Amino acid sequence: MSDLRSLRADFPILSREVNGHKLVYLDSAATTQKPVSVLDAMDRYYRNSNANVHRGAHTLSNEATEMYEGARVKVASFIGAQAAQTVFTRGTTTAINHIAYGWGLDHLGEGDRILVTIAEHHANLVPWQIIARHTGAELVYLELTDDYTVDTSDLEAVLDERVKVVAFSGMSNVTGALGPIDVLGKAARSVGALIVLDAAQLVPHSPVDVTEVDVDFMAFSAHKMLGPTGIGALWGKAERLEEMEPTEGGGEMINMVERQTSTWAPVPHKFEAGTPPIAEAVGFAAAVDYLTAVGMENIALHEQELTTYALERLSEIPDLKVYGPKDVTHRGGTVSFELADIHPHDIATILDQDGIAVRAGHHCARPLMKYLDVPATARASFYLYNVPEEVDLLVDSLMNARRIFGIA
Amino acid sequence: MSQLDELYREVILDHYRNPRKRGSLKGPHVHAEGNNPSCGDEFALDVAVEDGLIIDAAMQGQGCSISQASGSMMMDAIVGKSIDEARDLTHKFKVMMTIVDGDSPVDPERPGAVLGDLEALQGVRRFPVRIKCADLAWTTLSEALDRATDGDR
Repeated sequence: MSDLRSLRADFPILSREVNGHKLVYLDSAATTQKPVSVLDAMDRYYRNSNANVHRGAHTLSNEATEMYEGARVKVASFIGAQAAQTVFTRGTTTAINHIAYGWGLDHLGEGDRILVTIAEHHANLVPWQIIARHTGAELVYLELTDDYTVDTSDLEAVLDERVKVVAFSGMSNVTGALGPIDVLGKAARSVGALIVLDAAQLVPHSPVDVTEVDVDFMAFSAHKMLGPTGIGALWGKAERLEEMEPTEGGGEMINMVERQTSTWAPVPHKFEAGTPPIAEAVGFAAAVDYLTAVGMENIALHEQELTTYALERLSEIPDLKVYGPKDVTHRGGTVSFELADIHPHDIATILDQDGIAVRAGHHCARPLMKYLDVPATARASFYLYNVPEEVDLLVDSLMNARRIFGIA
Repeated sequence: MSQLDELYREVILDHYRNPRKRGSLKGPHVHAEGNNPSCGDEFALDVAVEDGLIIDAAMQGQGCSISQASGSMMMDAIVGKSIDEARDLTHKFKVMMTIVDGDSPVDPERPGAVLGDLEALQGVRRFPVRIKCADLAWTTLSEALDRATDGDR
């Protein structure tokens, strides 16, 4: 197995104890832990360079502006993009709201369709529901195959010129299934629909290059890739960003303000009203540096090996059902499961007593839970700092859950 | 007993697996629903009230062992009681769970004296994030009782 375990020393939190046990952090799909380099970069910014950006001619302001815009260049190049088409947002949710409001309100109307999948996170559903209510458009859903990947076999049936937006995730935050980017992309192009890729779970875990995937917009969050909370990125094709309206007005995003009207600053600043999250951008850039140094190919390989091992070990536990692809080439390192009649919250509580952090609940994907006919699932998710021994501890603790619930 | 064994007492697992009074009421009743959006616990109940007395109740919903066992035990505890008694019981339960301030109704010398089976849920207090699971049924009951006394049927 590829060995990244020496990296663990870079993450101070991994050496703490929880309930008398060494922390086993298996909740990176919710948020990731931060390496020292990210913490230091943000600390250094506040200690040495803190000032507002894009205003004033003083030295600190210039330094802060250089750091903020430098961060944009780094984050952009991490996904093969130009800085001019990379907007800093509060995160993936805000990015998708920008698209839904800024593009959707003007381009959607009565009878138009927004094609999504049943596996979407609420962040890629609710904004579209709101815009649908404003415009008279409707959401149309693709469902799943027996292996929990998106079922594109009846795509023809739902695909016509009424479809104006195709919005889907690159990797499900519940099943771990990878999204059919090529198939849905081609389908969307064939009817001239806008393609929106929710890459919150994809960009942190595998190499993504926007010049190699044909999408109009892509959104992701820093905190799911070793960076701080409160910042993410929206990448868009230049012409799409140009035709998109700003959804927030204020300082920073304007060119000229008159009494009745204003004109906008060029992209990307048109979408960044108010003082931006500067320290967070600096932390985001440090996270991208860290990931680049490890190598995204290495991270993807590590997670694939770890997931293979986890699926194998979990299959040894009686009455345990995994909700996700069995084929590791169709999935990432997010594993949802249920165990006998033990409710996921109870599983999470029992694991927590062993210092193991997993998520239990509907994972902000209630339509998917309804579709799978489960009230909730437990979810273990892996990242570059996880090791096989942690999978073993997970399995031991799940066996203990069976004992506590009196299952022989 | 470990904290976990304390939490998942046999009586709790029994109520979880064999909930009392699961279903719906046919006759006149008030209905209330509650849920914990963050974790997905859902609880609903029907309460039949006659002359200020709870003559029957039934519960629906789904969720973790704590939320369902708390609801099931509550069903056992409230049928046959007056609305005032049920409200008092709700208050005592919330005091026990330290959701509201008050003197603990649980006498450590005589466990089971005041709240009966419900005292098995004391173990939840050690798990602060789970208190809302135990509380869900009772909050929903309060809403139902308010409705019953508002004459909103």
